[in-house]
Formats: sequence, structure tokens, C-alpha cells
Amino acid sequence: MNTSALVKEYFREDKLPHIWCPGCGHGIIMHAVVRAIDNLKLDPEKICIVSGIGCSSRASGYMNFNTLHTTHGRALAFATGVKMANPSLEVLVLTGDGDCSAIGGNHLIHTARRNIDITTIAFNNNIYGMTGGQYSPTTATGDFGTTAPYGNIDKTFDLCNLAKAAGATYVGRSTAYYAKQLTTLVENGIQNKGFSFIEAVSSCPTYYGRKNKKGDAVEMMKSLKDDYIDIKIAEKRPDLAQSKILMGEFYNKPDEEYTEKYQKIIDMLKKESYHA
Amino acid sequence: MGTPKMVVVNKEWCKGCGICVAFCPKNVLELVNEVVCIARSEDCIKCGQCELRCPDFAIYLKEVPENV
Amino acid sequence: MSDQIKLLQGNEACVEGALAAGMEFYAGYPITPSTEIAEISAQKLPAIGGHFIQMEDEIAGMAATLGASLAGKKSMTATSGPGFSLKQENLGYGCIAEIPCVIVNVQRGGPSTGLPTSPSQGDIMQAKWGTHGDHPIIALYPNSVQEIFDITIECFNMAEKYRTPVILLLDEIIAHMREKVDLSSKDSIKIIDRKRPTGPKEGYLPYKADEDLIPNMADFGTGYRQHVTGLTHDVTGFPSNSPIVALDMMTRLMKKIEINKKDIVKYEEYRLADADFAIVAFGATSRAAKDTVNRLREDGIKAGLFRPITIWPIAEDELISLSKKVNKIIVAEMNMGQYVNEVERVACKNCSVEFYGRFDGQPINPDEIYDFAMEVLR
Repeated sequence: MNTSALVKEYFREDKLPHIWCPGCGHGIIMHAVVRAIDNLKLDPEKICIVSGIGCSSRASGYMNFNTLHTTHGRALAFATGVKMANPSLEVLVLTGDGDCSAIGGNHLIHTARRNIDITTIAFNNNIYGMTGGQYSPTTATGDFGTTAPYGNIDKTFDLCNLAKAAGATYVGRSTAYYAKQLTTLVENGIQNKGFSFIEAVSSCPTYYGRKNKKGDAVEMMKSLKDDYIDIKIAEKRPDLAQSKILMGEFYNKPDEEYTEKYQKIIDMLKKESYHA
Repeated sequence: MGTPKMVVVNKEWCKGCGICVAFCPKNVLELVNEVVCIARSEDCIKCGQCELRCPDFAIYLKEVPENV
Repeated sequence: MSDQIKLLQGNEACVEGALAAGMEFYAGYPITPSTEIAEISAQKLPAIGGHFIQMEDEIAGMAATLGASLAGKKSMTATSGPGFSLKQENLGYGCIAEIPCVIVNVQRGGPSTGLPTSPSQGDIMQAKWGTHGDHPIIALYPNSVQEIFDITIECFNMAEKYRTPVILLLDEIIAHMREKVDLSSKDSIKIIDRKRPTGPKEGYLPYKADEDLIPNMADFGTGYRQHVTGLTHDVTGFPSNSPIVALDMMTRLMKKIEINKKDIVKYEEYRLADADFAIVAFGATSRAAKDTVNRLREDGIKAGLFRPITIWPIAEDELISLSKKVNKIIVAEMNMGQYVNEVERVACKNCSVEFYGRFDGQPINPDEIYDFAMEVLR
């Protein structure tokens, strides 16, 4: 399906063009997510897209499914309620680096820990874009933000390591440049019956790029190409991996899913009351 | 092999970021007045790199019926 | 019949009421003195095919409750003071997105961690104004274990009927008290379910209200695709910055409660028929106040009790009538003066309003209201 057909099938065309700035990677990531949904031939009526607050979280409004644009950081908690109440729904959470690892950090680690069947795609642009360029938990140490005028002294989160350590059963990273790989990771994440976390590295030329002299949209897109190396290549050719950031599938160890475990309790109680 | 394709632009949605222009392997595209235009369509190899990375759904390959 | 009569704790009766109303989902976080509500829900919900989840914090408990309601399940969460503060963010979301659910707040001494195991009525104003911005709110406050059972059902009914979060206020005393409850009382209460759309799925307008000002609500996954947001939105559910849209949305949100006050506002009048002096009290304090009224009557003072069961919206018309009938009203509450300001606003043109409060973590007893009444009546 080409873009035009995808837009007609899965987007609210009357809401486009989207609000994101010229050259923002978010549109590419949203496109990749929808391609993954199309490739898997999922029933759109059974898909629920939940988002929080921030640039990334505006994605839900453009996508023609059951969509829920929640409060800042809380998308995963709302999504947990939706999924528990109706496990037949395919729940995807679209969030940002600030949304899921700062204000929503607690929800991220606990949703991962439960291994509930939710696929999270974190649009990581290393900055708070919606509010105008403040540093986030993924802003590199030393980089600038409007609230880090002398350089950021915070250490950064590695979102994938965080999700993996917390118990996610599928973890991967790709960038807006590697949109095809991103699509594959999202497909795999959706197919994993459990908590999947995909870090989609984006770019914010308007705030992060300008503040840190990282160039324009094109320059930043080149960085999303050149600064990253697939983990499989890096394992074979460590010499090529020097000073590069790893991407690809980091972790894929399916485990028993949360709502299924809960269903076992329901079934056990049903059996007990039947025999009683 | 397959239906012939051509690259088309939705000028209304193009924000002129230049990503498609920069990553086109055959230098087919140009920005004119901050909107992408297909400057050298004869060089286009229909690889879809522009469509893949357009943040705005503004450029894509379209199938062309053979009799057109 | 007799197996319907049980000795229950207040918190236990709350869960029984919720189950009778059709609760199928509970998300929460442990906090004294409301924890039993979570514990009993955890035990009972899976047995009826429902779901319980202990979330990572109070904020998440409120969020999951709303998420489950959007997926079509009657949902509840329960908490106390500090947790109620944390729930306010998503309580506001529930108000603007019009998501039915019940939030129980078993009041304890505040502010902050305060007196975790002591009773209080310090969250009366927070129940109305805890979340930012103007918003509609319904809050009910029973005063016995039987009434906790009945009113919990009413809370679910009102949440479903008016598409809004409903707050059930309790206090540590009635939540932990044990009394006889006749569960068959539920047979006389009609269970209400939200209006769901039945028309064409294409073009469904999730926030287009009917004449009753309540929009039909579709469950996620039933083919009525919709967008739900905490941003100000129009009838389509999509955000808008239009002043007209903001005006329309806010007006309807407030009005849908306002025009239904007759149905929502519940109260008890005790020995008020010939009274020229009234005590206004709710929750545990109203039990003491009733005793005081009886003692004052023994002394020949024509005293009566007005007990708001619905705290928000306030029983304005009824309190105005009361203020025209009596010379003096005492408002007794376990705080430093909250509801008294509302009663005064309503009644001050017609009679004087006095305040008796206690905020040391101890319940107000009948003797002290009696002594205070004798003092102000002198």
C-alpha cells in the first residue's frame, strides 16, 4: 500500500497535514507504525492507540482507530486499564522521551514489569519540543536546552536498557532514517504477546538541532543514519561500532502475559465454584 | 515487471524540509519556493526512498495504468 | 432472605454495593484507611470474571480506572487523603472526557500524611475543587454501613447516567465501623447503564449530546471509532481552540449536572418539621448531631437535623427553605470550617450560621455539639 492509500485507510485525512515542524522525524515514525499495522493486517476496530502529552502524543489524533489522548506521562496507565478491561484489543502506546521516562517513568517500569500485552513506541527526540526545547532525560550530557543554558549536567537514560531491565519481553531501537527496520521492529513488538518497547529515535531540528548547532533537518537525518549501527553488524565488526549507537532488536524473550495470567485466576475460581 | 510507477507530490502537505531531496539517490528532486518538485523525473528509479522518509506524507510512488 | 442480612464493615459494604451496581474493574493503590476496599475487590472481582489491578501509584490507579471505563466496564478506585490529592489530575480528565467511574475517598486527618488512622472531614472542598479548572462534580456522603451499601450503588448509577466521575466520600469512622446491612435493599434500586450508541457507526459523534445533555458513549472496540482527549473538544471529540467550542463544552458539562439536581441531591431531614434551630452535619458527625437533636428536644428546644447526603452539588434550594424556617443553623464538621462557608453563602440572608469544628483527629461527640448549641442559643 502506498502512502496515499495508507492515509485513506488508516488516517483521519481531514486532520492532516499534522502540526509537527518541517523536518521533524515524528511523521516518519507515525508512518512506520501504520505500515506495521497494515503489514500485519490487524483489524482497525480492535486497535486502540493511547498517547500522553507532548509532540509525539499528538499522533493519536491523526490515526483512525480507537484513540485515547491522555494526560502527561499517564498513557501506559490508561492503556493498562483498557487492556485489562478488554484483552481482545491490540493496545499501542505512542509516547515521547519526556512523557515515558520523566513524568511517566514510574508507569513505564511497572508496565514493563507486568509484561502486559502493550506495544510502546517511544518517539525519542531528546528534548521537550511542545514546550519549546527544555532538556529531557535523554538529552545528552553537555548539550543545551532552554532550561540547560550552561549545558546539561544530568546523565541520560538509555530507554531500551531501562525497559529491558524493568521486564519488557521485546526491546528494540531504530531511527527515523531506518524507517523500514523501524516498521519491522514495531511488527515484531505487536506480535510479541507481552510488553514490547520500541525506541524510535526522532529528530527535532526546530529546538534541539538549533540549540545544539546540529544542523538543519537534513543534517539531523544524516546523523540518524551515520551515528547508528545495527547490533548484529556491531557484533561481527566491533571496529565499525566505534563511537556509534546500537540499534536493532536487543531483546526477544517471550514470557507469560499479564492478562492471560489473570484469566487463569478467573478460570480457577470458576472451576472452584462449579465444584463447590 | 509490475505496474509502472511515478513519483507524485502533494504540494499542500509539503513543508519543504528537504529530506527527500537530500536522500534521493538519483538527484531527481529540488526545492522550489520551499516546496519539493520533481525536477528530473526521467532519472527517477522509483526506489521509494523519498516516500519512506517524508515526514509529511507529501511524496509517494503512484501506480500508473499502462494506457495513460 | 436472612442470608441477605450481614454484619459488614463500611469499606466492605462499599465493595458489596459496587458489585451490586455492576462493578467489573478496580484499580488502586493501598492506603489507610481505605485499603480494605482494594483487598476485598481483589478477592471478589475475579470470582465474577471481573478484573482487579494494584497499580504503581494513585495516579495510575485513577488512569487505569478511566481506561477500563472507556473499554466499557463499570470501574472504581478508592483512596484516602494523600492519594486523593494524586488522583486529582486524572479526575479532571474524567470530567472533561465524560468518563463514568466512582472514586472513593475515605477521609483521614490532613494535610499531607497528617493523621493516617484518624477520622477527618477535611476533604470536603477538595472533592469539589481538587482538580484545576471549572468542572462538574457529584459527591455523596453516607453515614451508616447500610447507607454506604445503598449509596455506592447510587454513585455508580449517577456516574453512568450523567457520564461523569462520582466521588463517594467516607470518613475513617463509618468506613471502619461494623453494622447490620440488608443486602436485599438493592432489589429496590434500579441499576443504570450508560447510554450507548445504536445508530450508524460511520459519522458517530462521541460528544454530541441528546436533549438530556448527555452524549451516547461507545465502548472501545465496538466499531464506533472515536478520539478521546483531555483537550477542550467539539462534538467530534477532536481538540479545538475556538471560543465558541470552549463555551459550549464548558456550559454543557456544568449544565448536565445543574438541570438534574432534583435527581442528584439527596438529603435527610430529621425532626425539622417544627424546628426553629437546625444542625447541618454529614457522615459520622451527623450521627452525633442526631443524638444532640434528641437531647435538645428533651430540653424543650425545637431542634432538627439537616443531613446532606449529596455534598456536591449542594442542596441549595433545600438549605434556603431551611434558613427561612429556622433562626439559627450550626454546621458541625471535622475540619477547620469548610462546608460551613457554603451553608453560610446560601443561608446568611435569612438566618445566622455558626460553626463547630474539630480537627484534632478525634470524632465530634454529641456532648460537645450540645454544649456549643446551648452556648449559641443563649
